[in-house]
Amino acid sequence: MARAVTTQRKALNTLAAWTVGLLIFFPILWTILTSFKTEAAAIADPPVFLFFDWTTENYSAVMQRSDYAQFLWNSIVIAGGSTVLGLIVAIPAAWSMAFVPSKRTKDILLWMLSTKMLPAVGVLYPIYLLFIRLGLLDTKIGLTLVLMLINLPIIVWMLYTYFREIPGEILEAARMDGASLRDEILYVLTPMAVPGIASTLLLNFILAWNEAFWTLNLTAAKAAPLTAFIASYSSPEGLFYAKLSAASTMAIAPILIMGWFSQKQLVRGLTFGAVK
Amino acid sequence: MATQHARSAARLMLAPAVILLLGWMLVPLTMTLVFSFKQYLPLRGGDLGWVGFENYVRFVTSSAFWPSIWATLIIVGGVLVITIAFGIALALLLDQPMWGQGIVRILVIAPFFVMPTVSALVWKNMFMDPVNGLFAHLWQFFGAEPIQWLSQASLPSIVLIVSWQWLPFATLILLTAIQSLDSEQIEAAEMDGAPWRSRFIHIILPHLSRAITIVLLIQTIFLLGIFAEIFVTTQGSFGTRTLTYLIYQRVLESQNVGLGSAGGIYAVILANIIAIFLMRIVGKNLDA
Repeated sequence: MARAVTTQRKALNTLAAWTVGLLIFFPILWTILTSFKTEAAAIADPPVFLFFDWTTENYSAVMQRSDYAQFLWNSIVIAGGSTVLGLIVAIPAAWSMAFVPSKRTKDILLWMLSTKMLPAVGVLYPIYLLFIRLGLLDTKIGLTLVLMLINLPIIVWMLYTYFREIPGEILEAARMDGASLRDEILYVLTPMAVPGIASTLLLNFILAWNEAFWTLNLTAAKAAPLTAFIASYSSPEGLFYAKLSAASTMAIAPILIMGWFSQKQLVRGLTFGAVK
Repeated sequence: MATQHARSAARLMLAPAVILLLGWMLVPLTMTLVFSFKQYLPLRGGDLGWVGFENYVRFVTSSAFWPSIWATLIIVGGVLVITIAFGIALALLLDQPMWGQGIVRILVIAPFFVMPTVSALVWKNMFMDPVNGLFAHLWQFFGAEPIQWLSQASLPSIVLIVSWQWLPFATLILLTAIQSLDSEQIEAAEMDGAPWRSRFIHIILPHLSRAITIVLLIQTIFLLGIFAEIFVTTQGSFGTRTLTYLIYQRVLESQNVGLGSAGGIYAVILANIIAIFLMRIVGKNLDA
């Protein structure tokens, strides 16, 4: 039975929730607004909120920096590459654990999760050293591999929880009808698993895009993605608020939009199925 | 029943993921373990031989060790308390009927998707800057002296930035948990005349306990490793050098790999202690 809610109560809830919501969102809103100001307006005293001369000069200034496109491209390649590679490795693994479970499946899943708990800083130097020896330092391939490995446990787990929801009887039926393992995966499992795979892809792209330990420590000039580009605004360029804001807005906008689509998967992906 | 054929195929499909993760875990960890027993200074002579447990002793007896533990505890503890307390409040609020619920949800979740270097820099420059930051203007407006946030109140500032990033995560998980609460139970309690406070303590909070534990454990693991937020703000100065940052400085900045590796092993042990508890909960859920 739904509770009858008075309009007054609902109005109060709305007011409270919107106030808190806007307060939490404010830093992002402020960054977006500042990105459309002139540098002078960005540090005006008192601060101007909406009534200033809107300009897009900061965006053109940031994009004209010869290297911006490079950073953006690196982010796309590294985040996209690591996610796709991760899926290629994880889909068969998750499939096998979900549909042909053995006594050790649970242990394997938990062990995979435990590798995610390994503190990055604990293995920083060995990875750094291996990267130098293998010529992977400051390369997109190297970073793609590392991000694939650190996100692999999450990818396997997410896919596993999705695959487990696919009724096994359907696969049995396909097998009875004489479908080979390959057919089974290609024509039966894949179409049912696509939504789960898509959500996994989305969330892991986001995680890889925002990763800021390995991307800062294993890249210099050539392979640095947007996380490192923004970090370079630390000083003294960070004093140019409007340009910093424009660069920040461009770095976070695509991910904010993707993130809004993946809110539900976020819970499942980051709690390893423990909260649904 | 799976056939023998299917079972061996399954094992084959599992192999690449297992081998990759095994390599990713064992190779670097073994190297760290080996380095931690060595005097290893890449820029000053390289590998200078075995030194036993000297690095482990030196790491914990150095003057930087206890402050780093303190900074870590303040940051992790502060962020946990703030995100869980506000997360519960926010989740309860968002669960209420209102207009535009979907939009409010989006507004609240947004900070989680902002890359750490962006949020740290935006807070550092546009809010906490003692001259041009919004906080400085706000303080001036009320006639107060602006605060040098990242030097005078460095730890609270970092806690604020990181809490802002993680509040959406806590809220989202707690909201998911609240929404699975049986509303009839609450209504029955309400009809029996239970006041809001006891409904919260006796029904809602116990129902949330599992979700709270999970938020606690997962956030702890991520928070122990925060790096970018310190890297682009204080660089570890003004008492913000956490255990992670201290190890980073030992290894990459002062290139004392042996000492840093010993610290790394401490960090691994610490993370494992927390991970064990998390695994238990997740593992139980797998059986269900």
